[in-house]
Amino acid sequence: MNLLTDTLGMTEFWANVVIMLIVCTIVFAVFALMSGITSWAERRIAGRMQSRYGCNRVGPQGILQFVADAVKLILKEDLIPDGADRFLYKITPYLCLMGVLATLVVLPLGSRAMMVADLNVGVLYFISITSIVVIGILMAGWSSNNKWSLLGGMRSAAQIVSYEIPVAMSLLTPILIAGSLSVGDLLDSQGWLPWEWTAFQTPFSALAFFVFFIGSLAEGNRTPFDLPEAESELVSGFNTEYSGFRFAVFFMAEYGNVFLIGLSTTALFLGGPNLPGFLQGNPFLSVAVMMLKTIFIMFVVIWLRWTLPRFRIDQLMDLSWKYLLPCALIAFFGQSVFMLVAHQIPAITQITSIVVFIVFLLIMIKFIGRIRTNYKEQSIPVGLN
Amino acid sequence: MLFEFANIFVFLLIAIGFVFVTLVIGKLIRPDNPSPAKNMVYECGEIPIGSGIRQFNMRFYLVTFVFVIFDVEIAFMYPVTAVFKELINSGYGLLAFVEIFLFVLILLVGFVYAWSQGGLDWVRDQASRLNS
Repeated sequence: MNLLTDTLGMTEFWANVVIMLIVCTIVFAVFALMSGITSWAERRIAGRMQSRYGCNRVGPQGILQFVADAVKLILKEDLIPDGADRFLYKITPYLCLMGVLATLVVLPLGSRAMMVADLNVGVLYFISITSIVVIGILMAGWSSNNKWSLLGGMRSAAQIVSYEIPVAMSLLTPILIAGSLSVGDLLDSQGWLPWEWTAFQTPFSALAFFVFFIGSLAEGNRTPFDLPEAESELVSGFNTEYSGFRFAVFFMAEYGNVFLIGLSTTALFLGGPNLPGFLQGNPFLSVAVMMLKTIFIMFVVIWLRWTLPRFRIDQLMDLSWKYLLPCALIAFFGQSVFMLVAHQIPAITQITSIVVFIVFLLIMIKFIGRIRTNYKEQSIPVGLN
Repeated sequence: MLFEFANIFVFLLIAIGFVFVTLVIGKLIRPDNPSPAKNMVYECGEIPIGSGIRQFNMRFYLVTFVFVIFDVEIAFMYPVTAVFKELINSGYGLLAFVEIFLFVLILLVGFVYAWSQGGLDWVRDQASRLNS
């Protein structure tokens, strides 16, 4: 900033504008790269899980596949179907990308200083800006003049709208703990040890974490909730008629969304980039910690996609309204009662968080044990019989 | 703080600019020879009958309606939640809790009513629909 004002003779206002442009471009580049790499990683992991190769031709291990895809889609002929509402049809990709990208403004890529903007209403902004995607999807379904698209768009809107309630309500719990709506304060309210993370503070925040993760899977249209794109019934859902680069934009928004699920879960529930005291503020380490956690969550999201079958639409709606919403309410009220009690007996906070973390660890150990047993039972040599 | 909000607009502009520039570049280099068969709406190879914009089910409306009610409720819950910690520290914690509980309870009655009337069931069987 001083460099710009002193050597180039800019006023402070224009220096701010230039810095803002540079920061936003860098973050956009990270977003685009991550969504491309996620699409590659998803295909590789899917291949691994289904005993086949993923894309492994372009570049080392096929990592440049997404570049090839983008170039191919730019060169594709762009078709607008007969009878489509041409204006709505054309502006829809913009809305979808905007809704996904604008969320990135309040999410940190590293420590608190590495947020594009630490808004004082960060969480509220995060909840509200994701709704733009719903409008985009509805418009895509409506303007294509296609029966599949219309059904897919309607379903998608109903789904995203239903899951927005549990997600917004489960976010109340971290806000209760931090006492602030700013994402930076939410980061600061957590420590670097696992039992200092919001997710393991109390049983109620663990419940909220669970609801938030399931809800954001559904909001990102990921399997097991990918009904809008149910290939077996709706061809490709709301983007059936889209081709060429317009389709690529939807694709980019979808995979960018996986990145955002990882980022938001990490920042709000899993301790974010917090480091132990003597390393606090080290920019490289905090980026590394943040990205490691994010990539792990992204892996879990992809893993779920290739493990679980798709829900039926009535099961999907039931899950949101009859299970997740009451769970989120219980989490909110439970956490407020807990805080009232903890104000009288401060020692209870520490004990509860460690107990919750130990219970979580036991569940994980049980889970790994089950995988090992299944693996042993199945590994009968095939070639011998 | 004003500059922080301006960041959002810069972000939106970058998103729009990215899509626009790429589409313009694409327009210059991609082939463009439409034909009636290509422009036909895709319906698995069948020739489409009628318009694509058709009637759709009422329940989408119902879901959105319940959504609006709950979204407004959550919008009112956010401010109270944000200051709840301060309220506890200044001794008004129980009062705030009772108030927000009453507020949610009133809306919860509506939620339970919608649930009991089957408003949340996606597939309703014919028998119960005739009785209600």
